[in-house]
Amino acid sequence: MNHRTAFIAASVATVLLSGFAAAPADAQQARDQIRIVGSSTVFPFTTAVAEQFQRTGGFKAPIVESTGTGGGMRLFCGGVGVQHPDITNASRRMTKSEFEQCKSNGVTDIVEVKIGFDGIVLAVKKGSQKMDLTLRHVFLALARQVPVNGQLAANPYTRWNQIDASLPALEIEVIGPPPTSGTRDSFNELAMLAGCGQVAEMKTLIPDNAARGRACQAIREDGKFIEGGENDNLIVQRLATGRPGTMGIFGFSFLEENPDKIEGKAIAGIEPNPDTIADGKYPIARDMYIYVKRAHVGVIPGIREFVTEYTSARAMGDNGYLEKKGLVVLPAAEAAKVRASSLALQPLTM
Amino acid sequence: MTDMSVPAAPASRHTGPEARLRLEKRYASERRFERYGMAALSFAIAALFLLLWTILSNGATAFFQTHIRLEVHFDPATIDPDGKRDPAAFRQANWAAVARAALQEKFPEVRGRLPLRQLDALLSDGAQIELLRMVSADPGLLGQRREVWLLTSSDVDMIQKGHSARDVPEASRRVNDAQLSWLDRLAAEGRLEKRFNTRFFTAADSRQPELVGVWGGVVGSFLTLGMTLLLAFPMGVAAAIYLEEYAPKNRFTDLIEVNINNLAAVPSIVYGLLGLAVFLQFFGMPRSAPIVGGVVLALMSLPIIIIASRAALRSVPPSIREAALGIGASKMQAIFHHILPLAMPGIMTGTIIALAHALGETAPLLMIGMVAFVVDIPAGPLSPSTVLPVQIFMWADNPERGFVEKTSAAIMTLLVFLLLMNAAAIWLRKKFERRW
Repeated sequence: MNHRTAFIAASVATVLLSGFAAAPADAQQARDQIRIVGSSTVFPFTTAVAEQFQRTGGFKAPIVESTGTGGGMRLFCGGVGVQHPDITNASRRMTKSEFEQCKSNGVTDIVEVKIGFDGIVLAVKKGSQKMDLTLRHVFLALARQVPVNGQLAANPYTRWNQIDASLPALEIEVIGPPPTSGTRDSFNELAMLAGCGQVAEMKTLIPDNAARGRACQAIREDGKFIEGGENDNLIVQRLATGRPGTMGIFGFSFLEENPDKIEGKAIAGIEPNPDTIADGKYPIARDMYIYVKRAHVGVIPGIREFVTEYTSARAMGDNGYLEKKGLVVLPAAEAAKVRASSLALQPLTM
Repeated sequence: MTDMSVPAAPASRHTGPEARLRLEKRYASERRFERYGMAALSFAIAALFLLLWTILSNGATAFFQTHIRLEVHFDPATIDPDGKRDPAAFRQANWAAVARAALQEKFPEVRGRLPLRQLDALLSDGAQIELLRMVSADPGLLGQRREVWLLTSSDVDMIQKGHSARDVPEASRRVNDAQLSWLDRLAAEGRLEKRFNTRFFTAADSRQPELVGVWGGVVGSFLTLGMTLLLAFPMGVAAAIYLEEYAPKNRFTDLIEVNINNLAAVPSIVYGLLGLAVFLQFFGMPRSAPIVGGVVLALMSLPIIIIASRAALRSVPPSIREAALGIGASKMQAIFHHILPLAMPGIMTGTIIALAHALGETAPLLMIGMVAFVVDIPAGPLSPSTVLPVQIFMWADNPERGFVEKTSAAIMTLLVFLLLMNAAAIWLRKKFERRW
């Protein structure tokens, strides 16, 4: 009996000791590994740089977490010190309120690095019928409420040709990201809101700007818009095996990886490709950033070198490895500017 | 008496056509019920087979990777220009140039920047890592020529495995016509082969599908579950013994019991939030560490272990306890010498089922930073790591085609893990089971 009880007592004690005594001690320890949090859209690019950085730089590979842009900002702005992350990925710019929050927690010097663009594409199965889409069509097909005979009414359209006679008589069926996803936020803002602006009646029907903004971004829930879940690969798969008219909404890199299965729809005659996304002609595109905590440079080893690697020509440049991963790279002149300002660790002002 | 005629037997409720009809009806409903059961079972089996078939058919190819055999010249002028044979200098050498030289030797007619870049694209970055590894292990290779099997890029691999279509227009392919013709030539010479993918079982995460491995996730899962077992097993069993054998029956212990049963049903993400608030923010423990993951999963499995252990203790016949007490054993002796050993199989089965459940969890780990890209294999319970289900979740989300098969292969690995754990549970039960 004695050694049995002794054994149990000992194992409980060991566990408690190792759990609670070791942890606070560890938190005080210096960290020799960069920690990155933030957007799941930027994640595939930052991880590619992290891997390359470890392979060639002689530093430990940074740990990259996928927390979403907002979640990443909260962690990043939590304060200065080893327990807080050094870099955050963002699929949009840092907002004024986030900047203020950072400041109130002592995170004052933040370096903004624009890494490239992300396009959101409307894609269909390869070989589907031609369709001259505009953002106006997209809005009218997907909004919860649209103007009908001068009145706001639940979206009555079931086929594309009911919206515009020039479109084919295909049923409206769109698979897109759920409201929790950053891609959905961007799609709402860049496609729905912009498309709504092209429908003049919306302005007269809802004069209040804020209310109209909300109405414009409300997507129909009668089964014509199907939430495909966070996994974009599943949407691609459903397009490839589904009916020809079905449309999917996801990031540009998924279009690039599956040229044998799907094709992107042109918006107002502009095809989604790296050129049109980079020069801003393709309308559903956004900037992507990483934010670096300047106070950590020199404390956590390798941050400066990591930023150098990220902004180097072999990563971010034409034909760099990030482009192969589906990043729409910055035009050469802008890339040079970003490189110079980020290497000088120029703090962000707002 | 004899002439007391028996009145014409009143029509029995149990004979006659009506009764037969009722009986027939009861038999029919019996048969129907049996058929419902069989239908439910065959549906479950069909679903299981569909699942396994999809995973197997998608993932089986992941265990082999396409390689190209090339004659590589380990040119000292490129690899070690200083002639110092310094391993650090090897690391900095231009290995891409070594690999390209080997390719160019095979296809001397390829000229021009773009075609050469397309030729380069046949090989993976992993080829360079392999060459570096070879020279680091044996610097004597410098200056020699060797036939080496080099890893191809994922695009080439997908074409070779038939996961990407070959017979579509060039614009719809990630491998162009020139590259296909080179591949065909290599194949005709026997220089193109699918070879066993050992890397998949030794490496950790990567952004290139041809370079990924599950070992990082396996080690992370092992460390996390080890921590969970260390914490949850002794605590759970101790709590169960106290509640079952010592605790008085009153309102307070009833309340505890209700709470334990409720805790077993709390969504796992809640434990993640708890871990974030208590262990990371209050105790300042490191993010992404298996030790924190283990503690969080231990909290999650504790109620299940307590419930299973209490049931196991309760199922020990009272005669055993009474006999022990009757011959003068103390209560503690009765528990540790007689009751606990008999209850052990049940306790262990419950623990292993709870651990198998914890093995598949991702939600609570999201909050404490274990959903992360980790390139290194975790060295200990404090180093950043991820676990197998998280690895699967992240690979499933990657755009590259090559990750589809790798995701399925990782699922297979996880299933094998689960099978092993369940087999262990059955084995332990069989080994320690006592019948009376």
